Amino acid sequence: MNPEELFLVELTVNGNPLSARVPARRLLSDFLRHDLRLTGTHVGCEHGVCGACTILLDGKPVRGCLIFAVSVSGSNVTTVEGLVNNDGSLGVVQRAFHESHGLQCGFCTPGFITTIHAFLKENPHPTEEEAREAIAGNLCRCTGYQNIIKSVLRAAELIDSGVRDDH
Amino acid sequence: MKPSRFQYVRPASIPEAVVALQRQNSKVLAGGQSLTPLLSMRLAAPEVLVDINGLSELAGIELRGSELWIGAIARHQEVLTHPLVGTHVPLIQQALTYVAHPVIRNRGTSVGSIAHADPAGELTAVAALLGARIHVVGPHGVRDILANDFFVGPLESSLTHGELVTGVSFPVLDSSWGSSCVEVARRHGDYALAGVCALVQIVEGRLTAASIAIFSVAGTPVVIDVLDVCTENEKLNLKVQSLIDPDTDIHATADYRRQLVKTLVAQALTEARSNAESRTS
Repeated sequence: MNPEELFLVELTVNGNPLSARVPARRLLSDFLRHDLRLTGTHVGCEHGVCGACTILLDGKPVRGCLIFAVSVSGSNVTTVEGLVNNDGSLGVVQRAFHESHGLQCGFCTPGFITTIHAFLKENPHPTEEEAREAIAGNLCRCTGYQNIIKSVLRAAELIDSGVRDDH
Repeated sequence: MKPSRFQYVRPASIPEAVVALQRQNSKVLAGGQSLTPLLSMRLAAPEVLVDINGLSELAGIELRGSELWIGAIARHQEVLTHPLVGTHVPLIQQALTYVAHPVIRNRGTSVGSIAHADPAGELTAVAALLGARIHVVGPHGVRDILANDFFVGPLESSLTHGELVTGVSFPVLDSSWGSSCVEVARRHGDYALAGVCALVQIVEGRLTAASIAIFSVAGTPVVIDVLDVCTENEKLNLKVQSLIDPDTDIHATADYRRQLVKTLVAQALTEARSNAESRTS
């Protein structure tokens, strides 16, 4: 079999220009983890159901496992690593998860953080019902979701109170 | 669980895309929200993927005469929030709220979902009910396919090898028309066990048109004219039940699907009528 053709994929990830040469079939989630060594993005079901690999593509949440890296070369990507504050302290959604016990094993957490981050940009004052709806596309097997919903509402509260968030 | 290898082509124009699609075992990549899982699970293994995401002429949503045109790479989320869609073909937005989750809708395309011809697809039913025109370009030039001729079976359309769907046009519905979409799924965002789109027209207080499209109960959406029976629930249900033949699977029995259809048809028609009334007033 001939060697597989490689494509240069260039992304701005969390503000840094990064690139690698990869086969066309490299999923964006694997590109981030394997090629760029950014293992904050987790891969769960690998077919778009669990939401663990959710990242922000040009600011909008998408499933990393449902996109080929080559298809989005040139884009801006934000991962969970990119949502910490510049001084290394937790970003506002991360802090809300910490305070509200919104995670247990932590496997699903990166997908929740990115999803909720984008959601609160669109809807900074969600009702509990809206918070529930916002996380409906992400699976968590530990928490039973109650504390994740609390975390969404807590993050909104923190943003309102002017807590530092660089993103 | 990774896709098998394929050749990747990113054409710079529609003619280039058509040329690339002439290669054997080729497939179009648009949003990829249905295709990528199929590739990852190796249920599909095309040799060539033609990525149309860079073709700006396939982007956008426009009013063209008495039709609303949606381009092949317009994302669900854009269609769901576009004012032209809400004003002229609200049924599309009513249906889109059931399509997966917002995160999937950020990447998935409405036209791709129609081209995919999923019998559980909400937009498949919308296209069938409204008699949408599917615009296609291929090696022999352009052609339009009416939705009724487009959906052939589950995940099967009348597209021939090497053809590309460039967009879909929906007839504009003036304010005498009302519509609705309802479905029941195991979990929100999942494939529907059964669903119904309804379309009615009310002129001077009189119902002048009523039709429904039922999805997830057959290989293609089932479109039924119900104007003659829609005021009598029993007759309505008899007519509808005589025209569907749902299957039993692990998610629901055929009988349960029939029961859902009965309830959903009545609900969809009621909602479509109040939608028509709210659009006129």
